[in-house]
Order: sequence, then structure tokens, then C-alpha cells
Amino acid sequence: MDIDLITNILYATIRTGTPLILIALGEMVCEKSGVLNLGQEGMLLVGAVIGFIAATVTGNLFIAVWFAIFAGMLMALLFGFLAISLASNQVATGLALTIFGTGLSAFLGSNYVGIGLDGMQPLAIPLLSDLPVIGKVLFQHDPLVYVALTLFALVFWLFKYSRLGLKIRAVGENPEAANAIGINVQLLRYAAVLFGGAMTGLAGAYLSLAYTPMWSEGMSAGRGWIALALVVFASWKAERILLGAYLFGFASILHLVLQGTRFEVPPNIMAMLPYVATIVVLVWLSSDAVKTRLSAPKSIGRPYRPMS
Amino acid sequence: MSSSERLHLQGITKAYPGCIANDAVELRVNSGEIHALLGENGAGKSTLMKIIYGVIAPDAGQLLWHGQPQVISGPSHARQLGIGMVFQHFSLFETLTVAENIALGLPADQAKDMAALEARIREVSEHYGMALDPKRLVYTLSVGEQQRVEIVRCLLQDIELLILDEPTSVLTPQEVQQLFRTLKTLASEGCSILFISHKLDEVVELCNAATVLRHGQVTGHCNPQHTTSGELARMMVGDDTPLSENYSKAQGTRVALDAKDLCYQPEDPFGVRLEQLALQVKAGEILGIAGVAGNGQDELMGLLSGEERQDSGSIQLNGTAIEHLSPDQRRQLGFAFVPEERLGRGAVPDMSLVDNALLSASHTGLKRKGWIRYPAVRQFARHIIDRYNVKCADEDAQAKSLSGGNLQKFIIGREIEQQPKFLVCSHPTWGVDIGAAILIRHSLIHLRDQGAAILVISEDIDELYQISDRIGAICDGRLSPIAPTQSVSIEQLGQWMAGQFSDPQPQQPEVSHA
Repeated sequence: MDIDLITNILYATIRTGTPLILIALGEMVCEKSGVLNLGQEGMLLVGAVIGFIAATVTGNLFIAVWFAIFAGMLMALLFGFLAISLASNQVATGLALTIFGTGLSAFLGSNYVGIGLDGMQPLAIPLLSDLPVIGKVLFQHDPLVYVALTLFALVFWLFKYSRLGLKIRAVGENPEAANAIGINVQLLRYAAVLFGGAMTGLAGAYLSLAYTPMWSEGMSAGRGWIALALVVFASWKAERILLGAYLFGFASILHLVLQGTRFEVPPNIMAMLPYVATIVVLVWLSSDAVKTRLSAPKSIGRPYRPMS
Repeated sequence: MSSSERLHLQGITKAYPGCIANDAVELRVNSGEIHALLGENGAGKSTLMKIIYGVIAPDAGQLLWHGQPQVISGPSHARQLGIGMVFQHFSLFETLTVAENIALGLPADQAKDMAALEARIREVSEHYGMALDPKRLVYTLSVGEQQRVEIVRCLLQDIELLILDEPTSVLTPQEVQQLFRTLKTLASEGCSILFISHKLDEVVELCNAATVLRHGQVTGHCNPQHTTSGELARMMVGDDTPLSENYSKAQGTRVALDAKDLCYQPEDPFGVRLEQLALQVKAGEILGIAGVAGNGQDELMGLLSGEERQDSGSIQLNGTAIEHLSPDQRRQLGFAFVPEERLGRGAVPDMSLVDNALLSASHTGLKRKGWIRYPAVRQFARHIIDRYNVKCADEDAQAKSLSGGNLQKFIIGREIEQQPKFLVCSHPTWGVDIGAAILIRHSLIHLRDQGAAILVISEDIDELYQISDRIGAICDGRLSPIAPTQSVSIEQLGQWMAGQFSDPQPQQPEVSHA
């Protein structure tokens, strides 16, 4: 293997990991507040199709990204209304949202299948992008990759240092107690769910505007589900989500590369590699039961009804 | 109106479907006063406190704060006014540190600088004699320490009225004394304290004013310093209920239950490890195990019932090894259990009393060749309801529709009517009114006199002294020495509850009996 191949693999790793980072970070914030939103796959597809339509109609990628974010938030608002205000079962509601989003995106996008689009162009960071290997791997990406990394830093800071992060954790651990000390549980849960929707909408935009600039039905290919699993295996820690997402990206690319060689392994087995590798590493990281339980939101999935 | 009057409730009324929790309640609290709010469970004390703290709104009546009418819109409004509250069930976040927990309850500007906040926590907690390490995670604290976190959280906000909802129910006697010293210091600095309790001796010791509630109505105002416990109790329970009972002590005969060297490491990281626990219960005696909640009682109960498996050690009933048997198999050998959680463990909330009766008693002839004999089950349920004076619509009522005391009578009845050889009761009269508690204790004594071995695990020390023939305590997964109840002073028991005993593997000398 020469250095160019390695550079290309690492470059593709970052690209493949980016949507997972966005979705998983959003879902992590949501779950930290005690709300389990299984509708990620549906929100992702709706974000992707709305972003793509907006890009085709307006021709402006910046506006299209905002449309995708807004679409994700609308879906999240629907989920929030059912799961937070009406205190419906979060698992059932989330699954319904995925089914709804899958169908809705196919319907909205039916006239846009096969249309080409000039996707997002890489934005080379001056000076840094001239570094050998590192420059190509890290600093010649499209803007959304940098946005994802910025959002990672934001979420990391949120739970490490901010009062707001503390409040979100409090609501996710014990909503009754949080209410008793004057935290508005429902408001905070809405905010967390909407943030998750925005992140997933953004991930959708990344898929249909940057990663593969086109629309096809079900193009998310299960990334919403993978991100959901990632949150759990990462023990609700932002830095482990970053690690897990890149690990997954790396293994996905590796198996494509290995398929091109004379490596005699059935392709179906190879296709399992990213899943197996990610799960093994993250399970190993989270093997300390006490620490994992400390970071898991205790009231996850439990609707909260304010007393009257 | 006196100038020192701080809180005045006028005609506060709050009704829930089917019951009036507060009926035109009057209450005055002056500055620097430690005011007791006395009443049995269900008398409406907690509802009244929640109204003062703004958690629920009254249907009628008004609240005067410093002589001004106020409508308290919520807990944060109450705190702005200077009202702090420590709930019976703490509003703490186990996975956060002490300082983070306190920061969440403070206004944002006071909680910005964590280092300064930690220093203030140390300062305040030491001033009031309640040492606290701000950096510790709350789940590692004892219940008494968790209560300190709640109190310090209130004290950091310049409060003028501190409400404590049954604060002593979770403390050892020594911790209670420490808490009382803290509260007296606070009162001497001008803070008013509203102390909710149903324990008369504590009220007499601590408080200089009292309001007594019964069935939502005020039945008296008095100064506990000039009133006897008997008079207070009479106001609490009314005229027609006997106040206390004395039971004869029994010796027991041969050892019925014999547990040796029980070791258990729970999977739950918040659980308590049991170490080399040994326990003997004789036929015809009641053995009482005192202890503050969360010291291994649940784990011990789990091992005895068979819901959990010990890592090592043996359990025998009348010489038969049973440590490998499932709960069901143990029941067939004559075990019976009254768990702490009534709804969810003791009874299935959504099922009728008939079905609940069948659940633990199915081996007592209520089945034939695998088929349920419903007429017999129904008769059994009716028998329990009549015999134990369970107040319910009928035997088809759902378990969750019964009040706590009535459901507990039903569960105890169901277990006792199976004529067990060995009965474990966890907190048999917790949250039960005096009348029901007396019936339950009577039933236990009666079962004892029929020759059953009974183990009672409870936090209610008075109760254990009343009904136990031998007594001991559990602390941090270790069992104290066990001795005849008359020979153990309350100070001694308190030390045991706090873990002050040297021998981790107690073997009391055989009591020779005539």
C-alpha cells in the first residue's frame, strides 16, 4: 500500500463518519434529557430529500442546508408533541416517525430521482491543507465536515462545563426532582429533541448535498439506526461517539478497498466488518459497568407528566 | 397580628376525587419557631406542605407571608420568597456531585463559580455541624448525608422558613440527634422551621409549637413543651383508636431457619455487598432486624426469597438445604414473604384481589391438575378480606385501587393464611395508619404463637421493640450481634445501626429454654 492509498482511505473515513457524528451527537443530547427518539432514520431521510429539493429549486446550497435543518426540526417537533406533551410511548412513537419519514421522503422525492446536482465543494483551509498527508486527510473537506467537528466541540463543552448541560442531565436522570428544584422539564426536553432533529436534518443535507449529491429512495442506508446504536455503545460520551463514528467509517472504507484486492473473503462477511469492529471496540471501552451506569440517563424512555 | 408572624394559612382547602386532603386548615408560624405539623399517614400533612411550597395550588383559602397575601406559583417562587423544603423522598441526582446538585437549585449567578460554591458549601455545612464533601458523587453518600445535601441546598439561599417532611424517618438515632442540634441552631438564628412528623417523642423534644391534623382538618394547636405525648396522640388518632399495644415476648423453640456465611455481590453497582452473613430464626419467635434503608435489607430479602442467588453460603429450613431452590419451590416448603414494595412486588397493581390472592398461594390447594379452582380462590380472597378487615369495593377490585394500609393488610393476610413455617416481612407497617398497624402486629404475634419463625426487617425501631423477641441491626451488608430485645438499649441498637460492632459474624450464645 502506498501513501496515497492510505491518505485516501483516511480522507474517506472522515467523510463517512461525519453524518454519524451529527446524528449521534443530536440523539445523545436528546437521550441525556431522558427522551429516546428512534425516529432518526425517518428524520434523516426527510432532511436529505428536503435539502436536495431546496438545492435543485433555489440552486443555493447554503439555503438548502437550512431547509434540511428546518425539516429535521419539524419532524422532531411532531415527535416532541406526541412523546413529551402527550406523554406517548417513546419507542412506539419513534418507530412510527421512522416509518412516516421513510414514506414521506419517498413521496416528496419521487420527481427528483436521478437528477444530478453540483454538490458541495471542498474548502481547503489555508496553510494547514498544505501539510503532507494530514493536510489532505483533515483540511480539504467540504464545510459540513468542519461544522460537524465544531458541533462536537460544542456538545463536549456543553456536558463538561455548562450549567445547561447539568440541567439536561438532571432532567434525564430524575425529572420529578428536576421539576421540584424549578427546572422546566418539558421545555428542556423539547429543546433537546429539537436540537436532535436539527442535527439529523443537517446530516441528511450532508448525505444528499455533499457525500453523494443526489437523491434516491432510502439513501440513508440505515445510518440513523447505526447512530442510535453508537450512542449506547459510546456510553453517552461525545468523545466516544467521535471515535466510534470514525472507526465505523474506517472499517466501511476498508472493506471496499479490500474487495478490490484479491482478498479471498466472502463479501457478505466483509460487509459485517464495520459493525463488528465498532461494537467490539466500544463494548470493550464501556466494560466498566459502574461508569457506564453513571453516564446512562436513568429516566430514558420514561414520559414525564407534570403534577397538576 | 404580631410582627414576628411569618407564615399564616387561612382556610386552606384542597380536594381530590373521593377525598378532602385539606379542609379549611389554619396554621401560623412565627419567626425562629420550630413548628410541628403532626398527623397520621393520610392526614393531609404532605398536601399542605406542597401547597406552601407551591407544588400544588389550593382550591380555596389564602396564604399570608409576612402578613401579605401571596399566591405561590411554583417551587422557584417559593424559594424566592425564602421558603425551602426538604422532601421525604430527596430531589437529588445520584450521578452528579454534591456541588453540582446544589448548583442546580441555586440561581444561575450564584452557581457560576464552582470553586467558590464548593467553598461556601464547606463553610455552611461545617457551621451547622453537617460535614459534607462537595466533590463526592451523591450515590456514594449515606441517606443521612443525602439529607444534609438537601438542607445545605436550602440554607445557601438565605431562607426564612425551612420545611422538613418526616426528616427523621431515614436516620439512625444518633443522626437524629445531630439533625436536631442543627435545627436548633438554625432556629436560634431566626429561621422558622416547619417539622412534619408522626413521631411524638421527637416533636416533644424539638418543637415549641404544634398543629395537629386528622382527616385533613386541624384538631388542635398546642405547645408540645406543655403537652404530654398522650394528649398529642389523642389529637392525632381521635377517640376511638387504641394508642399502643403490649405484646408478650416469646423464647422460640428449635432453630427453623438457619442461614450461614451468606456472601453476595449484587450486579447492581448501587447495591450492597453482603459479607459472611449468618442468621438463625427459631420457630415461635420474631426476630427483628433494624437498619437504615439501603444497608443490605433488599439484598438479604432477595436471598431469603430466592429471587437472588448467593455467591456462597447455605440456607436451611428445618434442616433441609434450600439455598438452590427457586422462590416457588421455597414457598411450597412453607416460606412466605411480605416484600417492601406493595405494588409491583407484593401485588400486581392491575390485577384483581382474587388473582392476587392466587399468585402466591397457588400451591395451597387452589389448583387441581394444573387447572385453577376459581371458586376456591374467590373464597380464599373473601376470607382474607373479612378476616383482616380489608376495606375495598369487593374481591374483584384492582389491587391499585386500595389504600396502602388496606393493601398491606390484604398481602399480610394472604401470606399468613398459608400457615407458613417461615415468614419474612419487610417494613410490615410502613405508611399504614395506626389501626391497620395494630391489626398487622396482632396477626404476626398470633402467627408466632402458632409456632412459625418470623423475620421482620424494618426501619421503625419502636415497632421492632414492640413485636420482636430478639433484635439486631444491619449496616453496610453486615449483621450486628443479635440479642433478646429486652437486653438491648436503644443507644446500643443505634450504634449497631451505625455499624459500630466488632464481630462481623455474630453467633449469639444459645439461649437455654425451660
